[in-house]
Amino acid sequence: MSGFRHKDLLSIKQLSVDDINLILEVASSLKELTQRDIKKVPTLRGKTVINFFYEPSTRTRTSFELAEKILSADSINISASQSSIMKGETLSDTARNLDAMNPDLIVIRHSSSGAPHFIAKKVRAGVINAGDGINEHPTQALLDLFTIKEKKGGFKGLEVAIIGDIAHSRVARSDIFALKKMGAEVTVSGPPTMIPKGIESLGVKVCYDPAEAVRGKDVIIGLRIQLERQKKVLFPTLREYSTFFSIRKEIVELAKPDAIIMHPGPMNRGVEIMSDVADSKRSVILDQVINGVAVRMAILYLLIGGKNE
Amino acid sequence: MILIKGGTVVDPVRGKEEKRDIIIEGERIKDILPQGKIPKENVFQKIINAENMIICPGLVDMHVHLREPGHEYKEDIESGTLAAVAGGFTAVACMPNTDPPNDNSSVTSFILRQAEIKAHCRVYPIAAITVGRKGERLTEFGDLKKAGAVGVSDDGRSVLNSDLMRRALEYAKYHGLAVISHCEDPYLSEGGVMHEGEVATMLGLMGIPSESEEIMVARDILLSKLTKAPVHIAHVSTKGSVELIRRAKEEGIPVTAETAPHYFSLDHRAVIGYDTNAKVNPPLRTEEDVEEIKKGLKEGVIDVIATDHAPQSPLEKDVEFDKAEFGMIGLQTALPLTLNLVREGILSLPEAIKKLSYAPASILGIPWSNIEIGARADIVIIDPDYSYVLEERHIFSKSKNTPFLGKRLSGIVKFTIIEGKIIYEGFF
Repeated sequence: MSGFRHKDLLSIKQLSVDDINLILEVASSLKELTQRDIKKVPTLRGKTVINFFYEPSTRTRTSFELAEKILSADSINISASQSSIMKGETLSDTARNLDAMNPDLIVIRHSSSGAPHFIAKKVRAGVINAGDGINEHPTQALLDLFTIKEKKGGFKGLEVAIIGDIAHSRVARSDIFALKKMGAEVTVSGPPTMIPKGIESLGVKVCYDPAEAVRGKDVIIGLRIQLERQKKVLFPTLREYSTFFSIRKEIVELAKPDAIIMHPGPMNRGVEIMSDVADSKRSVILDQVINGVAVRMAILYLLIGGKNE
Repeated sequence: MILIKGGTVVDPVRGKEEKRDIIIEGERIKDILPQGKIPKENVFQKIINAENMIICPGLVDMHVHLREPGHEYKEDIESGTLAAVAGGFTAVACMPNTDPPNDNSSVTSFILRQAEIKAHCRVYPIAAITVGRKGERLTEFGDLKKAGAVGVSDDGRSVLNSDLMRRALEYAKYHGLAVISHCEDPYLSEGGVMHEGEVATMLGLMGIPSESEEIMVARDILLSKLTKAPVHIAHVSTKGSVELIRRAKEEGIPVTAETAPHYFSLDHRAVIGYDTNAKVNPPLRTEEDVEEIKKGLKEGVIDVIATDHAPQSPLEKDVEFDKAEFGMIGLQTALPLTLNLVREGILSLPEAIKKLSYAPASILGIPWSNIEIGARADIVIIDPDYSYVLEERHIFSKSKNTPFLGKRLSGIVKFTIIEGKIIYEGFF
C-alpha cells in the first residue's frame, strides 16, 4: 500500500479521491473481521494508540478502541475528566507529554476547531481527528461514504440531503467535503439560523424547507441538534423545531422510493428525527455503526500498519 | 552637530518631497540646504549618508497596547517603545485596557512616570471612557486630562449605552480630549473568532459579521452629528464602515477614522491553518473589504494608519484557536506595509507619511514637529527598498505574535532621532 502518504488524518480536505477510494477498499476487506468468532489479527501488534477524548463520546471512542483491539494495537484511553487538563495543563503540553511516551498514533476529539491540526504540528506521532469543534469529523464522513457505497453502489450523480444544524455540525462539513469530492450532489436544509453564511461556496445547494430538500433524493442524512453547543438561541423551542424541521414519515415519502436514512448519532428521537423513521427499513443507522469499525481499522492500518521494516 | 546628507526629505503637511541635506544642532534643526551647499567650515560629530533614503518627521502611532501596568510579561513601556522607535515612531498613544485599567489620574500619572524613566519615545496615555471600562459611568475626564491623558476610549469594547456615549462625546469636547471609539456590537460578535464568511464556514470557526462593527460606526456617527462633537473611529476593517464614514464626512459630521496595516495587507484567508497570530479583533475581512479600505485611504476617508499593536505571549497564542486571545503586534511592520501602498500607487509618499504622523498628532492634539528650520529634530531615516524576511530576532517587543513572521517585507528604519539624539540605529 504505497498510495497513502499521510502522517495524520486531520481533514477530508487533505484527502484525494484516490486516498478515499483506497480507504473504502481496505475497509471493505477488513469489515469481514468484525463478523468473525475470534475478532483478532496481529496486524498492528506492538503499536500504541492513545485515544484522547476531550469531549464525551460513546460511538466514536468505542469504535476506535474496537478497531485498535481487533488489529492488536495497544490502546490507551484518556478522557478530559481524568487527565491533567483538569489541573490546568495546556493542550500543547499535554500533547507533547503524551508524545514523549512514543505512541504511534494519537486519536483526538476536542471541542475546539483546529485542535488536532494544532497538536499535529507539535508531536511526532500521527494524529487522527475524531471530531474537532464544529469543524470536521473525517472518520464519520468516511464511514458515511462506506455505507452509501455499500447501499447505493457509488457516488456519481447521487443526490444527498443533509438536514439540521449545518452551522454547528462537524459531520455536515466533513460529509459535504467528502460527498462533493466523490461526485455526489448535496443539498443542505434547516432553519436559516442554522445555515452558515457562505455555505454555497462549498458547492452545495441550500433549501430551507426539509420537504423540498428531500424531494427525489437518494440519501437523507439527519443531524443531531447539538443542545450542548447551542450558545445562542437559534430556534424558539424544541417543539417548534420538531414541528417544522424534523425528519418524519411524510417527508421521507417525498424522497426516492429506495432512499436511505442516515444519522451520525446520538439521536434526539422526536426532535430531529421521528422514531418510526429511525427504526424503519430505510434506516441504515446501525449499518453506519458497524461500518465505522471497519473504516477506522482501514485508517489505522493505512497510517501505521504495513510500514514494518 | 549631525549632518544628514543625500536623502529625500518628505513634508507630509505640504505634500512635498525634495532632496535636501539637514543639519541638526542640539535638539533642533539648524539648517535645511539643497544638496552640495553645506558650508565648509562646519564640523560634524556624525555624518549620516542618506543616499537613496527617505527622511521624514517622527511617526506617531495613536493606537498601541503597552500592557503596563498589569501585563508586563507581554510587553512593558520599555520594550514597547523600543519596538516603536525601531518602527520609526517617535510618539505612541497607549490604550487603557491595562490592569488596573487607566480609568483614573493615578494610573495615568503612573504610566507617564514610568515613561519618563524608561521610555525610548514619547508616550501619551489614552484613558478609559467609563470606570473599569464597564460602560456604566464616566471617568473623570477633567482630572485625567490634567494628569496627561490626551484622549479617552474603552478600546476593546464599545460603550453600549448610547446615552452614555452621547454624554462622553459632549463632555470630552469641552475638555479637549479625543474620543476614540472601538465599534463592536457584542451581541452580534459573541462567540465569533474570525470574519463570518466562506472561510469561517470552511474552517468550522464561528464568525463575526461585518455588521457588528458597522452598526456601532453608524451609531457613533449619528451621536457625533447630534452633539457636534468629534469622534474618532478606531481600526476600521469593513467596506460598510468606510462607506458610512465617507457619507458622514460629506455631510460635514466631525468624524475621523483609522485603520491598521493588517486590514489593508491581509484578508480572512490568513487564518487558514488555524494561525492564532492572524486572530485579531476586528477580524481580517474579505478581499473586497481590503480593496475598500485602500480606496478609503486614497480618498482620505480614512485619515490615519495606526497599528493596534497588541502583544500577546505564547500563553495566549500557543493554544487552541478559539481559546487564543485576539491581537497582533504591529509597531515594526507598519512602515514596510504602508510603503506597499506607495509602491502600489494608492498613496503618494507624503500622503502615507501624513497618515502615520501629522494626521494622528492633529486628532490627538499632541505636539509634533515637521522638518523645518528651528523645529524640534524628530526625524526618521528610512531605507524604503531594503528587503528582508521578518524573523523573531528582529522584533523588539516582548511578544512575537505577528502573522508576518517568515514573510518578506520591504522598507526598514535606519535611524530614529528624537530631539536631536539618535535613539535607534538599525542593525540591518
